[in-house]
Amino acid sequence: MTQKNDIDATSNKFLRGKYAIAGIGETGYVRGSGRTTKALGTEAVRKAMQDAGLKPGDVDGMLSYSFNDSTFTPNIAGELGIRPNFYMDVYGGGSSIEALIGIAMGVIEAGMCNTVAIFRAMNGYSQVRIGGTGDRGAVRPLNGGSLFSRGYGLMSAGQMFCQSFMRHMYDYGTTPEQVAAVKAIHSEHASNNPKAYYQKRVSVDDVLSSRMIVKPLHLLDCCVETDNGTALIVTRTDRARDCKHSPAVIQSVVGRCCKPRPDMHYQSGPISTVAGHYAKDILWPNAGVGPEDIDVTGSYDAFTFTSMMQLEDYGFCKKGEGGAYVSDGTIRLGGKRPNNTSGGHLCEGYTHGINMVIENVRQLRGDVDDSCPMGSDGKRVHSFDYSEGGCRQVRDVELTANLGWGTPGLGSAMVMAKN
Amino acid sequence: MSFPNEHLGMPVKIDALDHENRAFFGYCAKHDLHLQQCNDCNLLRYPATTACPFCASPDATWTPVEGKGTVYSYGEVHHAIQGAFRQHVPYLLLLVELDTQKGLPGAYDGLRMTANLVSSDGQMATPEMIRQVGIGSRLRIVYKDIDEHVSIPLFTLDEQAKQPEKPWRYAIE
Repeated sequence: MTQKNDIDATSNKFLRGKYAIAGIGETGYVRGSGRTTKALGTEAVRKAMQDAGLKPGDVDGMLSYSFNDSTFTPNIAGELGIRPNFYMDVYGGGSSIEALIGIAMGVIEAGMCNTVAIFRAMNGYSQVRIGGTGDRGAVRPLNGGSLFSRGYGLMSAGQMFCQSFMRHMYDYGTTPEQVAAVKAIHSEHASNNPKAYYQKRVSVDDVLSSRMIVKPLHLLDCCVETDNGTALIVTRTDRARDCKHSPAVIQSVVGRCCKPRPDMHYQSGPISTVAGHYAKDILWPNAGVGPEDIDVTGSYDAFTFTSMMQLEDYGFCKKGEGGAYVSDGTIRLGGKRPNNTSGGHLCEGYTHGINMVIENVRQLRGDVDDSCPMGSDGKRVHSFDYSEGGCRQVRDVELTANLGWGTPGLGSAMVMAKN
Repeated sequence: MSFPNEHLGMPVKIDALDHENRAFFGYCAKHDLHLQQCNDCNLLRYPATTACPFCASPDATWTPVEGKGTVYSYGEVHHAIQGAFRQHVPYLLLLVELDTQKGLPGAYDGLRMTANLVSSDGQMATPEMIRQVGIGSRLRIVYKDIDEHVSIPLFTLDEQAKQPEKPWRYAIE
């Protein structure tokens, strides 16, 4: 399979290093926030501004993403006294955040604004559950388009992706045990994350003995649904260097890159290959590095399988060897290249991707918020002891990669570097 | 002949403006699988679209296609989301690759229809039937009649076909 790729990744127009993430903000990851999405988004953006050391007047651009399950920019900006010179609220979930970071860079480069706050606010457990229970499970009429999907009981993310996961096992001999290791390892990471919704460590056996949702997905192969607000701030790197923390410098972004037939990904090519196969040809040349250079990954874990298939198709291992890669210790804290050190969507909380970017920003700062004691300089003194309840900071992080997932046919990605 | 006008309790109504799906499900109502064939590049496509996914041409001709194929992949739902399916678990989410146009336009491409596995008379498959089906199983199309304009295509084991000795199924039953 070849694709014409005329993207010139050698010139400066790709803005390598010119933009950075200067601030990050989160509410708690909970079930039952007892607050509106407006309240959650407002807290997250306020905390991101505080984290950056910025005042409301310093932020003049805003972006957000949602599935019509959230509030919109004017409501957050209004509460915080932000006067946007630019804003946009887009439709979408997973794969949105890296794409929006790229858009933020573009609008700043175009002179439309200077500093952009991006937020995602959702009551993903207590109001709109993406997994589809509650209102989404109600009887609705079938029309021409939905006869191909809901008419067959094909509606939730797990139901829509399961054939790709199954075919990967058929094509490459990937085993249930290998894939379950993703959850087991992410749960180890989450046990060192006081913010994580699930902090209890689980084993591969626990995953395989949890009840079946849709084969090949057990309950514990699926991510947790939570309520939370999350935000980050994008600005020019030289401005970010004046902010409170060391900036996470953006080397390359890919936004909502698609396989052929993004409407029905399974109509094209081998379905055991995902959009990362195409995205990698933009991500790595634009960043000027390759997968072997990356210290920490954030491969979107809507399901155990999504982390595995993306790591494989972005080239962290050979095609077909994703099962071995995620189960041989490489992606564990203390391993060669840990994945989702916060516990990700499987354990920390569900945000459609932004918390995995926030975690990598913290890793690049060398200051993840684990239980290590605070030093006199206000930074944690990391022990690098990854046993339960301990440290989750990775040593000497220089480069991180985020691999965002929308569907098997849709992905976004980003490489960030230490300042 | 009376029609239920619903499928598993879900009312079925195709919008008047959705000419392509009205045509597709209209052929299904005659128990006659037809797909659009592009007048320019001659490739068939599924599902119905207003332009060719391979060359963007708007011109197509409805062409008869044999409703036989192989299970390309599947999922097996044990926890139903939609109320309509709760009494039918487990049920299969099939991806059936038709014999027609297999390996075209690319070596790994094909016409892949989504469907549930059903008995030869169109009832949702029993757990025993489900255990007989995996990747490689040979299936044929059957129809569930909704009204005079719409039938829903579904698949059942092809009794005439040579079945693989052991179709590939997920390792844990």
